[in-house]
Amino acid sequence: MRPHEIVEAALAQCTVDAMTVICEEHSQTNLRWAANTLTTNGVMRSVDITVVAVAGNGTGRAAGVASASVADASDVAAIVSRAEAAARSSDPSPDAGDLVAGSMSNTFDTPPEETSPDVFAQFAPALGDWFGRARGAEFELFGFAEHEVTTTYLGNTAGLRQRHVQPTGRLEITGKSDGRKRSTWVGRSTRDFLDVDVEALDTEIRTQLGWAERSIALDPGRYEVLLPPSAVADLMVYLYWNNAARDAAEGRTVFSRPGGGTRIGDRLTNSPLSLFSDPAYPGMQCSPFVVAHASGSTESVFDNGLPLQRTAWIDNGELAALGQTRHSAVLTSGALTPMIDNVALEMAGANSSTADLIASTERGLLLTTLWYIREVDAQTLLLTGLTRDGVYLVEGGEVVGAVNNFRFNESPVDLLSRVVGASATEVTLPREWSDFFTRAAMPTLRIADFNMSTVSQAS
Amino acid sequence: MSVYTPDAIDEEFRFLPLQALADAALQAARDGGATYAAFRMERILGTSLRLRDADVEGVNDTEDVGYSIRVIVDGTWGFAADVDRSPEAVVRTTRRALELARVSAPVNTERVDLAPEPVHQGTWRSSYDIDPWSVPQEEKLALLQDWSRRLLAAPGIDHVDTSLFAVKENKFYADLSGTVTTQQRVRMFPEFDAVAINADTGAFESMGTIAPPVGRGWEYLTGPGYDWADELANLPGWLLEKLNAPSVEPGRYDLVIDPSNLWLTIHESIGHATELDRALGYEANYAGMSFATPDKLGTLQYGSPFMHITGDRTVENGLSSVGWDDEGVQAQSFDIVKDGVLVGYQLDRRIASRVGYERSNGCAFADSPGHVPIQRMANVSLQPAADGPSTEQMIADVDDGLYIVGDKSWSIDMQRYNFQFTGQRFFRIKSGQLAGQVKDVAYQATTTDFWGSMAVVGGPDTYVLGGAFNCGKAQPGQVAPVSHGAPSATFTAVNVLNTAAEGAR
Repeated sequence: MRPHEIVEAALAQCTVDAMTVICEEHSQTNLRWAANTLTTNGVMRSVDITVVAVAGNGTGRAAGVASASVADASDVAAIVSRAEAAARSSDPSPDAGDLVAGSMSNTFDTPPEETSPDVFAQFAPALGDWFGRARGAEFELFGFAEHEVTTTYLGNTAGLRQRHVQPTGRLEITGKSDGRKRSTWVGRSTRDFLDVDVEALDTEIRTQLGWAERSIALDPGRYEVLLPPSAVADLMVYLYWNNAARDAAEGRTVFSRPGGGTRIGDRLTNSPLSLFSDPAYPGMQCSPFVVAHASGSTESVFDNGLPLQRTAWIDNGELAALGQTRHSAVLTSGALTPMIDNVALEMAGANSSTADLIASTERGLLLTTLWYIREVDAQTLLLTGLTRDGVYLVEGGEVVGAVNNFRFNESPVDLLSRVVGASATEVTLPREWSDFFTRAAMPTLRIADFNMSTVSQAS
Repeated sequence: MSVYTPDAIDEEFRFLPLQALADAALQAARDGGATYAAFRMERILGTSLRLRDADVEGVNDTEDVGYSIRVIVDGTWGFAADVDRSPEAVVRTTRRALELARVSAPVNTERVDLAPEPVHQGTWRSSYDIDPWSVPQEEKLALLQDWSRRLLAAPGIDHVDTSLFAVKENKFYADLSGTVTTQQRVRMFPEFDAVAINADTGAFESMGTIAPPVGRGWEYLTGPGYDWADELANLPGWLLEKLNAPSVEPGRYDLVIDPSNLWLTIHESIGHATELDRALGYEANYAGMSFATPDKLGTLQYGSPFMHITGDRTVENGLSSVGWDDEGVQAQSFDIVKDGVLVGYQLDRRIASRVGYERSNGCAFADSPGHVPIQRMANVSLQPAADGPSTEQMIADVDDGLYIVGDKSWSIDMQRYNFQFTGQRFFRIKSGQLAGQVKDVAYQATTTDFWGSMAVVGGPDTYVLGGAFNCGKAQPGQVAPVSHGAPSATFTAVNVLNTAAEGAR
């Protein structure tokens, strides 16, 4: 069965009040390596469906959701039955609403797109060559390349039929030298691996390992830092994940207004920074409609199929919107602004490069990435984590050496108020969160008084 | 180990054509020149119930059925996975694995060799009384609603989130050597978390259960093994005390750490640090490496002389316990730190062979049919002192310190040196007495300094099997469940941060 036929077959078996069916064909291929040799690899294909059954239940409507991998038609019947049984034996859903009405997309019966190891046809031989050169130059490469394609088919009993093809690629490389005492990292987000330039990656790795020829010990304290796009992305993605309007209105997040309501309208920074999501952002296009497998603070299974458009979360320094479902928008009297699967930060007028920011730095720390970021305090969204794979001291506009790693304690919300400079925005890979979220475009930020709390011996 | 007859396994799994598909895959692999081949079929059921302020937020049911073939051809790995269960598709998928091994050869410079393992044939089921899938959904929701309402009824409690996540995992494994195993495991993760808000200032705090996720059935929620009623009754009072508690004075304190907090410190600073693949650099690009490198085996002073850390995949109710691992290796138990010295690692067959071990200790695991098995964590535990004191006695012996209960925030660096943990409750200890809660506490240390400062290990009566459902490792990311046993323990002069001060300017 083809995915659009699976959707139709499931909907045809609906015996409850309403139903939404999501069928996803997923293919993935990956290479992983360590110390200049392959460690694991894989190709994987799966077909999954999620059935949202809606049944009248006492005073309201209840949703039951069942998901399963699909091998044949009998699997479809079983999953519909399970979702319906779950709906019938559940309580009314507070977020219950009419399904999103719509019509047949003209691509709905188009077959799914798939990836295969062929996507690495250029990259894999170049990587093999690079391993050889790295051995010659006495550095080691560790990394991961992955390409996946998910084709999503969404249909419901209100006539909606939507299809979306989502390619996602990521490439990460850690370079180590000098008995693994020096370490650095580069990462790329890519849709097809055709834009991956191994020569450029090699240059970046060698340059950054070269910066570490001189090592400098620094104490904990507050430093001016240049936070590159990947590190900014990890902090902003965490902020984005914590922007539930309903949680804020209930008084339990950093975006809660003491005494009640949310902080929408508050100025978070005097810098002209905007944080936004846009399904059409070049290079990180994502689903232009809601695909929700479960209900929670920022998504509702009843909202499946809602159209998405560019949404500013922070607009020119002011908190402008929080993540909403139709249900939470009513509860909080807010605009309907559902979450979108990409995020970008821009500073108005910023057009310099990271190199320009380094050149204009009197004394500061240039970071590479952040790691093991965890929430310490929800009230301020205080996060802890570590610098990783390269902290460089910049003096008089030049990198003068590599510094020890630090543990930091900082809130991304508070950091925005201490931004004193930014580069142009570029598509990047959020290192820590790339298992869950790869589509981010960020600038390098210059931030004052960054709290390096303790020293980490890791190198 | 319990020995089960085949009918211990759900019919929905054991009536699949497991052996026939394995035969087709293994023959195709043999024909394709594989020197090792393993066929693994899995069925993983998940159920998730989530309540928000006693209303049902979501009920999700998942079922993942699929298979994979892993091969070694001319010393290079190949791996392919699919969901189509026809014999033709299984053969096609096997050929994709063989092909991937061939195209990967140019980037493989280190021939893959596996430590030998005896042939095993059998059936294993984890220890549980009541299959959660035999309990009606209404009964599960009613229990979570009862918990929610008890907490919400308490004065000062503004919000309550409750949830239950249950998993049933079936694995069938067959390889070219003749090993054939069939297994079934059940695990449960019940949670509740309450929020209290000061309406005047907007200050809020939350506090959650310290009940660990475990490898048990539905009986965990209703029967003996955990005192839910007691915790539900006490949690609101503890939370309000925390909301109004003084902020901790940063500095060095003696810490009495409850097992409900210490399991996570063991997990991060010992469990991950003694994974041999990590120590060799296989995880360097992801969560990093380990300071505990193989050249230090037998000499590294990890902690106090009475520190005894074991790894096992055998303990009853352990989240990492199995009959055989995902490379056909029998479950074992072994020492990792003995008399304070690093003496062992967690292994899979490839890395065991690479560093000269004669046999793997059975730590290969894949989290789903579509993922490759890698070395994952055994149940790594701190052994109690046979004649060790009670937690009360340990508190009585501390002059100026903190008693830390429950885990919350955790973070450790890329070589497992520098860590920082918070908790659910922090009680001041003054002159051997508990003197009320303080808040904004995080403890921060370097691994070997911390374990070297361990002054007292509690007795067997303080020992609790904690753990997690969500241990992450590898790329593509895999999630594994694991348990950690810990007694209470006392640590001397540990650095305590004030998190409010850390966030202030």
